[in-house]
Amino acid sequence: MKVLVIIEHDNETVKQSSFSTISAAKEISDSVEAIVLGQSLDSVINELKKSDHLKKIYKIDHELFKNPLAENLSKAIQKFAEGSDYTHILSPSSTFGKNMSPKLSALMDVQQISDITKIISDDTFERPIYAGNAIAKVKSNDPIKIITVRPTCFEPCALNSSVNVESITVNLDKNNSISFVSYDKSKSDRPELTSAKIVISGGRGMQNGENFRLLEGIADKLGAAMGASRAAVDAGFVPNDWQVGQTGKIVAPDLYIAVGISGAIQHIAGIKDSKFIACINKDEEAPIFNFSDYGLVGDLFELLPKLEEKL
Amino acid sequence: MKALVCVKRVIDYNVRIRVKSDKSGVETDNVKMSMNPFDEIAVEEAVRLKEKNQIQEIVILSIGSDKSQETIRSGLAMGGDRGILVKTEKDQLEPLSVGKIIKAVSDKEKPDLIILGKQAIDDDCNQTGQIVATLLEFPQATFASELKKNDDNSLQVTREVDGGLETVKINIPCVVTTDLRLNEPRYASLPNIMKAKQKKIDVLEIGSFDIDIKERLQVLEVNEPPERKPGIKVDDVDSLVEKLKNEAKVL
Repeated sequence: MKVLVIIEHDNETVKQSSFSTISAAKEISDSVEAIVLGQSLDSVINELKKSDHLKKIYKIDHELFKNPLAENLSKAIQKFAEGSDYTHILSPSSTFGKNMSPKLSALMDVQQISDITKIISDDTFERPIYAGNAIAKVKSNDPIKIITVRPTCFEPCALNSSVNVESITVNLDKNNSISFVSYDKSKSDRPELTSAKIVISGGRGMQNGENFRLLEGIADKLGAAMGASRAAVDAGFVPNDWQVGQTGKIVAPDLYIAVGISGAIQHIAGIKDSKFIACINKDEEAPIFNFSDYGLVGDLFELLPKLEEKL
Repeated sequence: MKALVCVKRVIDYNVRIRVKSDKSGVETDNVKMSMNPFDEIAVEEAVRLKEKNQIQEIVILSIGSDKSQETIRSGLAMGGDRGILVKTEKDQLEPLSVGKIIKAVSDKEKPDLIILGKQAIDDDCNQTGQIVATLLEFPQATFASELKKNDDNSLQVTREVDGGLETVKINIPCVVTTDLRLNEPRYASLPNIMKAKQKKIDVLEIGSFDIDIKERLQVLEVNEPPERKPGIKVDDVDSLVEKLKNEAKVL
């Protein structure tokens, strides 16, 4: 068995999700190789070649891959993989992998296994369905397994090695049907909701958008990302992209703090993989208490300023 | 411009999911079903483009049992013009098979825009749009949070990616998958629900497509997620901070 890991990066640094995917690959086989596609890859390669578990790194440095357009990436990887003996091709299940990997699977006529959280054997995996409300154990009958890996479920590999790098080329025509226009990095100084170590969210109990300021001070002190329940988003307190839950963002931080959130099913579905959940709610019967490691009953308008002070 | 909107009938997002005791799947009997919320956003976007006269016809496609006609009807009530049901008695089709069927329908319908949710909230695969785009060799813009039609027969689409927003320009015909921020779907009015009943839905048997829909992925079992350990209530802010620092060690 031989595993190929597709590396996610921004032409400057390697994303942590890539190192987690390498760890997942190592659970499948000792023979793990990686491929990096991008432009001006020196700093990326210098970082990546330290990865433990990798036998070899292939790099394709070309202006076609300056921006991660899935059309170009999937075709190039297919051409590269076609002539080799890889049994598994793994990508992180970040927006990068989710965008690209299903295209690769369609090109190779393989049914992709999305977002695996556990490796049972080389053909059997666990993956959450219904936003983690059920866990499916699936066995792939395809000759090649194309997989996306949930990065938070695998520890990033250690960086103590020095891996051989081979520069390769593929023949690819420019795809004129799509062009990259721009990338706007989130202006917020806060971490991303889906990768933050700590997330603090507000619900309908916040009463209005203005009151989310009470959470800001705490988020600043903790370096936390800020989120909200669907109820708070529907009420117009905060923008849509703050929504945590089944139809919003699925988060799995070390600590999730739910403030004024009752704990509707669809919210719980998005937070249940958090290591610890703490909540503040004035209704001690609220379902959120059943899912919280630490619950504090009381008026959030009194408790939040105290909490900020204590941190 | 003609839009093909693909919609899936799934367990309503507000229903508590129960895993069957024989571990074969989740309970769907007597459970409220609705249109996949991300597909609802796709229907809404198509209707808005039609209201701006940028789309002339909206075709709503679903693949499933006869009951999926209800899902198509709700899309028609929101503003779709006609429906297509590809009928199958199979509970679940894999995304690769679904992609091949959508491709076949698209080869006949020749839409300029295929728009669908970024994922279905049942199997959470997040694959179908990408597969369809690949099989048809159309450009794709996944996870769309903003969509504008340019004058030169292209779309400008802003995509929600990790850490920010990416904007791409894609030529028509194309595939767009929708994310939450794109719009807020409307509720169909009663008159529109009544009108939708008169709209045409073509029913095609899945067997009439020459497509192999045999599973590649075998579901061995479906389990409940691991239970969370029961938590405790703390008395005040001090003990909460103390527990988070010393017991959970997360601060």
